Amino acid sequence: MASRNLSINVEFITRVEGHGHIVIDMDEGVLKSCQLKVVEAPRFFEALLVGRSIFEAQHITSRICGICACGHSLASIQAAEDAIGFIPSEQTVLLRKLLLHLENLDSHILHIYLLAAPDLVGVKSFMGLMKDHSGAVRRALRMKKYCNDACDILVGRHVHPISCVVGGFTKLPGLKELKGMHALLTLIREDLPPTVELVSSLKFPDFVRETEYVALVNDSGEYPMLMGDIGSTDGVRKPKGEYRSITNEFVVPHSSAKHTRLSRSSYAVGALARFNLNHDKLHPKAKELAASLGLKPVCANPYLNSAAQLVECVHCSEEAISIVEHFMANGLDQTEVALGGLNEKGAIPVRAGNGVGCVEVPRGILFHNYEVDDRGIITSANCIIPTGQNLQNIEDDMEKLVPEILDRSDEEITLALEMLVRAYDPCISCSTHFLEVKFVNR
Amino acid sequence: MTRPKVAFFDFSCCEGCQLQVANIGETLLDVLALVELVEFREVMSEKWSGRYTVTFAEGSINNEESAQKLRMLRDRSDILVAYGSCAATGGVNGMQNRIPRDNLISTVYGDQWGGGETKTVRAIHQVVKVDYTLFGCPINPSEFLSLLKAILGGISWHASDNAVCVECKFNENVCMYDRGATCLGPITRGGCNAWCVNNGNVCYGCRGMVSNPNRAGAEEVLLTHGLKPELIAAKMGMYTGALEAGNGK
Repeated sequence: MASRNLSINVEFITRVEGHGHIVIDMDEGVLKSCQLKVVEAPRFFEALLVGRSIFEAQHITSRICGICACGHSLASIQAAEDAIGFIPSEQTVLLRKLLLHLENLDSHILHIYLLAAPDLVGVKSFMGLMKDHSGAVRRALRMKKYCNDACDILVGRHVHPISCVVGGFTKLPGLKELKGMHALLTLIREDLPPTVELVSSLKFPDFVRETEYVALVNDSGEYPMLMGDIGSTDGVRKPKGEYRSITNEFVVPHSSAKHTRLSRSSYAVGALARFNLNHDKLHPKAKELAASLGLKPVCANPYLNSAAQLVECVHCSEEAISIVEHFMANGLDQTEVALGGLNEKGAIPVRAGNGVGCVEVPRGILFHNYEVDDRGIITSANCIIPTGQNLQNIEDDMEKLVPEILDRSDEEITLALEMLVRAYDPCISCSTHFLEVKFVNR
Repeated sequence: MTRPKVAFFDFSCCEGCQLQVANIGETLLDVLALVELVEFREVMSEKWSGRYTVTFAEGSINNEESAQKLRMLRDRSDILVAYGSCAATGGVNGMQNRIPRDNLISTVYGDQWGGGETKTVRAIHQVVKVDYTLFGCPINPSEFLSLLKAILGGISWHASDNAVCVECKFNENVCMYDRGATCLGPITRGGCNAWCVNNGNVCYGCRGMVSNPNRAGAEEVLLTHGLKPELIAAKMGMYTGALEAGNGK
């Protein structure tokens, strides 16, 4: 076994967002390369933003990703407002938290049911699940639609939200709309116990590798998603303005997405990282679920990211319901409605500045950073995407995993690697895009 | 009777238009009873090597590898649908074409560009013949269903070619110009039911221009509000950069 040759080459890994390959090359027991190649053609978003109005940034950067468009929108708006010195109202902040909960719920449901579960059940896709788990597929599609419909009410649609802009929201829900969202969230809450049942019945691969986990942290009792400092399980804590000293981006020759590192060779972001850092701040029902799933911080099994996502589903749905109930009881100040467009009326004062947006989106911590001149024209932009931050960590995982499973067949090793990559729920068109496994020389 | 073979493919895009399919809820299962979904990389691992009855292609073409794959899909497909803005007009990717490629690369990668092929952005129809086009960033799920039903039923189908303003008026929205914002509704292709204006924002022109825009009318609206016609042209470039003169093949 020690002298085994192994060559894996998976081209365009499926059930992930974007285009990537996995390439493994082992020669006589020596692992020569273990790569996750991002082959997405660059889309140059940072360059497209230069010269455009800060009031267009949300619309453009939302298009970085169809799955986490609301997350990109929120990070973009936060960076823009930070740059021009605009402070959003409490009502706006609360509505943004609601939107972020809906975003995380929607994306986690998609990942748990349609992208991750098929591997654990032993089928190729949700089409295969239809045979023995048609109820689960129906439930997944239903839950996803509830999230979408709630987003429609709040921001017009989930894919590329319309009404969340710099300054606030271009429409605000009335009582009828709030009741509509409440009904949808209640339906999601009802579908969560059978979801838990499904996930509890799945057997996750047993693999552990200690690493550094990075997520937002704060000093309040709230599970930080929209705002906070940047923290890590290795004890790092920095304000969001110093994000570059967290990510320390570097270029690797085999990928069109940059890699990152902090205290070790790599770090991980996402639901598991958030759970590991902020577990004690989860909603009691979510904590209860984590305990029943046997999920304990610090959990270093990357495959359990899907379990952490499920725990967050419970947290996000409960928190979303609380926010909606708060507005149902207290109403919204409808005079706060914002005007879309390019701030033609000058309702929002603009100044030159540099701003950072730092938001926990489904796949982990997302950074947007813009510099604007005194007319609000973007002079430089930088976006660091969760999947990009996970790339080096995934490669380090693969490097440890491959020697541990060398007694298996090529097909089984390939599947284990694909499942590992999928567990991170990568968003490759974000990171620029990713996955094919290439066994080069087995 | 064998069911029509349907497939989804993506080129340079955010994959949000494909995601809209998963967003139609359990209706999707009714659709799947009528067709055989044979390939859809974003959510399926299954592959298909035969002919496709209907192929939905999302994304714009940014390099030769993609162009070749698209030509292969065209050859193997009875019906090819340009699916969403990036496929239909180049979408936001088209903005790349207004910037010299060296600038794009140095702005994003500095001096660490690892090479790789990146070329002028093209819409799908600038590379191969397209049978139907679903406009929109993102596509509208009900429009997707209406096209699919028309194809399956052998009924003719045309994308809307009236301005967004027409639909906006039916919805009785207050005109964004009267509210003090610049909106592309007067010249943008409709079919979205004025989605953005209904939600309080302006139209960003994601469906590109109607085939015969009323330029004089649009200019009059702008002048009435003390705005310059050049402004609307610059804004339109957010989605139509790939269709501008000098681009394409």
